[in-house]
Amino acid sequence: MIEQADQIFVHLLHWLLGFLPVGIQGYVGVLLCVATIIVTFPALFAIAVLMERKGLGRMQNRLGPNRVGPFGLFQPVADGLKSLTKEDIVPLSADAVVHFLAPVFLVVVVFMGYAVLPMGRNMTLVSMDSGLLFYFAMGASTELSVFMAGWSSRNKYSLLGAMRAVAQMISYEVPLLMSSLAVVMMTGSLNLNKIVEAQNQYTYGLPHWYIFTPWGFAGFVLYAIAGTAETNRSPFDLPEGESELVAGYFTEYSGFKFALFFLGEYVGMLSISGLGSTLFLGGWSAPFAFLTWVPSWIWFFGKVMLSMCVFIWVRGTLPRLRQDQLMNFAWKFVLPLTLLNLMVAATWRFMPEGWLRWVVCSAILVGVYTLMARVGMRREHFGPRSYRYAE
Amino acid sequence: MSFVFYILSAISVAGALAAVLLKNTVHCALALTVAFAGLALLFLNLDAQFAGFAQILVYIGAVAILVVFAILLTRGSETPKDGVYSRRPFLGLVIAAGVFAVLGWAILGSSKALPHETAVPTVTVLDIGNALMSRYVLPLEIVALLLTAALIGAVIVAMHEKDGAR
Repeated sequence: MIEQADQIFVHLLHWLLGFLPVGIQGYVGVLLCVATIIVTFPALFAIAVLMERKGLGRMQNRLGPNRVGPFGLFQPVADGLKSLTKEDIVPLSADAVVHFLAPVFLVVVVFMGYAVLPMGRNMTLVSMDSGLLFYFAMGASTELSVFMAGWSSRNKYSLLGAMRAVAQMISYEVPLLMSSLAVVMMTGSLNLNKIVEAQNQYTYGLPHWYIFTPWGFAGFVLYAIAGTAETNRSPFDLPEGESELVAGYFTEYSGFKFALFFLGEYVGMLSISGLGSTLFLGGWSAPFAFLTWVPSWIWFFGKVMLSMCVFIWVRGTLPRLRQDQLMNFAWKFVLPLTLLNLMVAATWRFMPEGWLRWVVCSAILVGVYTLMARVGMRREHFGPRSYRYAE
Repeated sequence: MSFVFYILSAISVAGALAAVLLKNTVHCALALTVAFAGLALLFLNLDAQFAGFAQILVYIGAVAILVVFAILLTRGSETPKDGVYSRRPFLGLVIAAGVFAVLGWAILGSSKALPHETAVPTVTVLDIGNALMSRYVLPLEIVALLLTAALIGAVIVAMHEKDGAR
């Protein structure tokens, strides 16, 4: 029974394929899996948007959407219908072909990343030998779409937004890769299934998740920072800072193309959360040994939605960074720490098991972090606040 | 030489031709990206996963972005009045033919270097990693040193300009 619930989607797929002739089973199977991914994640996107608007409303002491359906639950449906029926405006001076291709390219590339994410036991679309590399290759391609959107609009706000976005995404892609690399060093494989399998073990009922090691914890924090920046989320949402750039690179998009950018952003967040859960939080494995009877896919999607809640919480809490702060933070703080984390992971790997490696690795990380923070803060001068424009 | 191979070659060649023939510089850069993607897919078609994905990560994710950045930051994307084509096409043709001849010579000579390869070799990412860290560790270190030098050089250039402006 427990086995059944865990493998329900796998069995469902096999049952459906049983009705078909053997020759086309493989192709139809792939199509069905792809269709499931393309349906599931936009559904989660709708839920996430509703959660975000409700949650932000709570944090800002207002109600949030409450008109459509009970408690405003059907707001995403209304939004979707609205964006479908709105007029699609292409600026006269815009580069029509590139302007059209940018949102399409973004959505395609963002969905490609899901091909390698293990969403449950035996629930990976393609179990690739170099899955993580594939994921990052797809993630890097989104920058091009952002650039295409900003440049083709022929609008200075769009172009500025695109330049900011691309600079930011290139800068934070390096720490994102480097922090994930520690996990690869430890597992010895780029295959995401193997990474989850390596974490799906228990000692005294507690899991072997990488976040519960010094290098894993540091890696996860750095990954979360870089991932937030990579998806252009607050506090790193300069590329679309409403108060400065209207909406950044998608200022000139309306109707369904705008909805595609919106979808791309949120699906990208879901996918970054999914990868983070896979790398550091044990993917589909349960947090305690006595909870392994809960189906694996519930754990995966639970972790993803929990990460989305953290995204929303952070957005409601932190103010936006300035461009120079953003760049300095990436190159002078996050990147050195990720490099150090690689060293610490190597130390952890080659020291004998026991309490000593816990002490040594934690001491290195905490010491260097404190030192860098102290040195970095010494240059800052915090006088009384001055408001130049809003007096 | 399967059907897929011909499609992918057509994509790569079309992208490369468009990169040379289009008038708008940013369009050229984007067309070049298509050619890069076609090459990456060709690698994947040959079961070279690592090379294919590295091609996408490095060339589409970094090089193409740097190219468009350089175009935007230096000259602007507007087409100059006197056209974008070179005034001395023959020199370019000679250089291109020379490069092509050298590459073709090297590729045709490679079958002599490995005469007894009959079965398709299967190379996993693990093998590539092991080879890089054991047999080819010296070339790897040299490349790393070169890249570090380039990085430091870029920083120095940027710092120097900043001082001059002040």
